[in-house]
Amino acid sequence: MQVPLSWYLVVAAALFCTGLYGALSRRNAIAILMGVELMLNSVNINLLAFWRHIEVAGGTLAGQVFAIIVITVAAAEAAVGLALIIAVYRNRRTVIVEDVDSMKL
Amino acid sequence: MNMSQVVFVILSAIALIGAVGVVANRNLFRSALFLVLSFVGVAGMYILLEAEFLAMVQLLVYVGAISILIIFAIMLSRRMMAADERALNEQWLIGLLVAAGLFIILVFVLLQVGGSWPVAEAEVMEDSISQLGQALVNPDYYLLVFEVASVLLLVALVGAVIVARER
Repeated sequence: MQVPLSWYLVVAAALFCTGLYGALSRRNAIAILMGVELMLNSVNINLLAFWRHIEVAGGTLAGQVFAIIVITVAAAEAAVGLALIIAVYRNRRTVIVEDVDSMKL
Repeated sequence: MNMSQVVFVILSAIALIGAVGVVANRNLFRSALFLVLSFVGVAGMYILLEAEFLAMVQLLVYVGAISILIIFAIMLSRRMMAADERALNEQWLIGLLVAAGLFIILVFVLLQVGGSWPVAEAEVMEDSISQLGQALVNPDYYLLVFEVASVLLLVALVGAVIVARER
């Protein structure tokens, strides 16, 4: 195993921050959801990198199980999120989050 | 640099180029295609980490399912990105600063403790996939987590159908 753990962590940090910027700055709800997916992916890289570098020595698999759970939650989140976006689009003819502000004071 | 480090640099370049394409592209459909590229790069990284099962799950769930779902949602809510419409909101500069600042802080911390990170010498067990499968259905390990995840998926399925249904 010749790739150092810190390389994975730096790449995951870059991926996370890219996704964070996307989630914070885009106006389109689907683009925000894509940013969140990027962030979840970077978390999974971290989990598996730590699993490979630290946990393997103990012979257990908690890191992989965590990653599977994160993927499951991401799939559920994408399904519900996109269903919400489609419902909002059907009612208001827009997916721009700034235009959907009827719950704003 | 040895072989796996070269592969790692290539894979991370794929993942990061895809990620930047997702957030920088005005056209939402192209963003979704860049997202697929990023997912594929991440799947390659999983293989490099010797988590082959997770790499296949990544390809099936993210590349196969979630990206298709996103593309469907884009196509069902057409019109939205008319050419003259802004892609970014007013707080994009603050968002950029926050993201860049977080990245700088993370890299700074990683470099501070970088020398003391453990380096894996142990080999991955040969039958890690079957061990993973058994751990997922073993009451002493992750059976409860597994069941909760399946309930979550069922609830999400029903919820998504109900929310998106036409009334």
